[in-house]
Amino acid sequence: MTRDTADDGDGGDANGTTEPSGGRGGGRGRAGCGNCGCGEPSPGVPEAGRDEQPSIFVPDEGEVPDDGAGAAADPAGAAERAATDGGVESASGGSDSTELDPDAYDPVDVFPGGDLDLREGADSCYKCTSCDTSCPVAEVDDEFPGPKFQGPEQWRLKRKDDHDIDESITSCSNCMRCDDACPSGVPLSQMHNEARGQFVERQMEKLSMEYIRNRILANYRTSASLASMFPRTASFAMNFGPARWAMEKVMGIPKERDFPEFATETFREWWKARGGAQVENPDKRVAYFHGCYSNYNTPEVGKAMVRVYEHFGYEVMVPPQKCSGTPMFANGMLKDARRHAETNVENLVEAIGEGADVIASCTSCSMSLRQEYPELFDLHGIEDLAEHTFEALEYLRIHEDLEGELDAAGGLDDERAFAYHAPCHARNQGLSRQAVETFRDVDGVRMEDVGDSCSGISGTYGWKEEKYEKSMEIGAEMFEHMEDAEGEVGMTECPTCAMQMEHGTGYEIEHPLQLLEDALGA
Amino acid sequence: MAINSDVLVIGGGLAAVTAAVSAAREGADVRLVSHKASTLRQASGLIDALGYVPATEPAKPLRDGPPTAGRELDRDEWPDPEGPLADPFEGIERLPESHPYQVVGADALRDGLALFDDLAGDAYRGGHTDRNALVPTFGGAVKPTARYPAAAEAGLASDERPMLIVGFRSLTEYDARAFAGRLEAAGVPFDVAGAEVEFAEAFRADAKITRLAKALDHDEDIDGVPAREALAKAVAPHLHDVVDADGGVDRVERVGFPAFLGDDRGDEVRAELADRLGADVFEVPMGPPSLPGLRLEDRLFDALDAEGVRFETGNPVVGVESASDGRVEAVAVDRKGRTAPYGADAFVLATGGLVGKGLDSDREGVREPVFDLYVDQPDDRYEWFVDDAFGDQPYARFGVRPDERCRPTDADGEAQYENVFAAGGVVGGADAAREKSASGVSLATGLAAGRQAATEASQ
Repeated sequence: MTRDTADDGDGGDANGTTEPSGGRGGGRGRAGCGNCGCGEPSPGVPEAGRDEQPSIFVPDEGEVPDDGAGAAADPAGAAERAATDGGVESASGGSDSTELDPDAYDPVDVFPGGDLDLREGADSCYKCTSCDTSCPVAEVDDEFPGPKFQGPEQWRLKRKDDHDIDESITSCSNCMRCDDACPSGVPLSQMHNEARGQFVERQMEKLSMEYIRNRILANYRTSASLASMFPRTASFAMNFGPARWAMEKVMGIPKERDFPEFATETFREWWKARGGAQVENPDKRVAYFHGCYSNYNTPEVGKAMVRVYEHFGYEVMVPPQKCSGTPMFANGMLKDARRHAETNVENLVEAIGEGADVIASCTSCSMSLRQEYPELFDLHGIEDLAEHTFEALEYLRIHEDLEGELDAAGGLDDERAFAYHAPCHARNQGLSRQAVETFRDVDGVRMEDVGDSCSGISGTYGWKEEKYEKSMEIGAEMFEHMEDAEGEVGMTECPTCAMQMEHGTGYEIEHPLQLLEDALGA
Repeated sequence: MAINSDVLVIGGGLAAVTAAVSAAREGADVRLVSHKASTLRQASGLIDALGYVPATEPAKPLRDGPPTAGRELDRDEWPDPEGPLADPFEGIERLPESHPYQVVGADALRDGLALFDDLAGDAYRGGHTDRNALVPTFGGAVKPTARYPAAAEAGLASDERPMLIVGFRSLTEYDARAFAGRLEAAGVPFDVAGAEVEFAEAFRADAKITRLAKALDHDEDIDGVPAREALAKAVAPHLHDVVDADGGVDRVERVGFPAFLGDDRGDEVRAELADRLGADVFEVPMGPPSLPGLRLEDRLFDALDAEGVRFETGNPVVGVESASDGRVEAVAVDRKGRTAPYGADAFVLATGGLVGKGLDSDREGVREPVFDLYVDQPDDRYEWFVDDAFGDQPYARFGVRPDERCRPTDADGEAQYENVFAAGGVVGGADAAREKSASGVSLATGLAAGRQAATEASQ
């Protein structure tokens, strides 16, 4: 089960050219449920209709084999086909492109009249404006017309061919609060993702510095994987004064922000050095989606995940993986996101076939795998992945007696107080209170919820010079509440919220898994 | 393994919060799950109890005949509702027997209002009396209401001081002059004028109400002038706009604004404006987006936290996971495609009515989607409504029918599950829109259902 440690998804054969295996995975893990129709989900094998959900991102005919569409219509034959609808060559050749040369990308029309029919969603809007009321950007930016316009109204406008997407779509930070607010089930964030993708693909100047800057921000994993080869130099160079000045001037990356430090040993390096999983258990397996940040910047979060899960007797797998796509969605870079998704879906579906559920420690990663993937892409097995994905604390709260175990462990020796901020994406998964409630009764832990405001960074949003002030204005309420809270250590599940919390208060920020590791003595 | 609690409350509005707090105060370990952010943010923030007693019989008997074609020949007409009531409690006994107030009793309403007073604290007024207050709402209607935000206090229609209503050109749905005209036409006992002022024009035309509130909260600079000062300056020239019956000019003593005077620091914003204008300042409750609703939501969810209630929003309860011996053991919560069981000793259903999606409907019928509870309804869809739009619409009273312990009953009047209780809009029998009773029904049934659930869980 540790076969996967060597490859982190960058190798050529992890990009969809490898022999597909997810489709047969059911026979290896929870054997017997592959095609017997017993009701047990059969990993990698779509049930009738399951892959028929229309997705936004439809590659044009030049990009995808003809049977890509046929697969959806023929679920019975799906088991014999590839685990992904693979074979889709991305413009850059399928690997992370390190030179972000716009010329390397043929501007292809990725929406050849195959737009997802969001009519029903648009018609469900009865204009109560709850979404606008919940939008953190509209609250500070009167140039931003709000999610109701960006979603259902813009969707209607662009039914007409001569209507461009309004540029203000790029001011949406993709916090997805509008989804949570809508009482009528309008798929707002899906509409925003579609509009943003179209805007970037069709209307944005590919040679513009803004496009290139956004592309680099969106492809954080690429920069991070380079930087982590020389972590100390990179941490220094990225925050070196003159270099930062130049970045702001040329690229529009605000000099006020400190780049996160790169770990001297990535999580995957640690995992490999450790010899992989130390618990083997075919009945309790989880595949860890660590995401980019836990790998390159905060491997202590990943280590805590492994130790906590091994404490509960889980066998942890660490499949090859790439970026979850969250920053790419927010920047309308759907092609990049899809390329990464292909690798993730293939490898994670394979792990599901081996009996694992997928666990993410970053709430935006879990959000992406659970909601944005099936909403945006039509990859074989993507619905199975969505169904099998959980956030780390959430999964333990469902499957283990976490509170009993914490109680038995006796709490912390030295009292600690935390100011907890719930990330917007955690909110949408119903997880905004889980940390506070898990630790509420643990001896020696005091945790205060700093309220329901948005941190303001929203991934890459706060990393753009023209958005920096707005980002800090949105975050002001959270900073205030953090200062008012008793704790001098911040806590959150989201790495970019953590950056913002640290940036605004100077606090050290931890992940709930780290506290869980301490409290359990794992 | 299920996520367990003594009492599980399903829903996120006023009824759900009331049920959760009242169960917690009985000593139960309570969890609340809500599919979406609380619908309180769409609410006006006014807490009504009973403003009108609508007639349940048409003005003249309908002629016998086939229901569909016959209707056109003999349209039904309904008398105006009785009211506005000075005292909501006094009207309860004239409501139909199946009305939730009749089922749970006037004391439940009284206790529910008392619980609300306790949770809302100094942010609300009206708790000193049983009598209804008359609060002007945007559009110029005057609503009989039991409790109202402190921010609306200076605007009461029973107050005789001259009033100025302020509007903004960019807020198209709020026409201050028409508003003032309607108040006058309604015969309010004070002089009133409406004026449109230049302030919101400093923002983009489609700037959000929350944007204006935030600018006032933080007293942001608007073209070099702090926002609160700029707003006061815009209003000042109109302080003598009111003309009394004799053609004389009064200086107004109170000024009403659309409800966007700050969010977190509303009290501060109002106080500063009042100081600068030399007049009391009040907010007029509006439709969504509703700052008073948002503020109430914040306050009530803070109260949940303080009462030790666990809560989560974002995932819907989609059905019964397991049940036996007439009791529900666990419900299924959809967590993005996979369901997780949530177990409890007792459940409170507070998912709202047809608008809140606690009731689901199509051409075939009306259903309660979580527990599949019985919803009393005529078989013929043409019997769901009457011709007079303001008549006694049967669909308005659709919902589950509770027994005296707030347990939804089947067609024979027997409790459908021993340990399932219902509160708020999902409970049928009230015509909340005509009665002006939505909040009161939520408080009364929420309190009763919460207490009953806690009692059930302790056994």
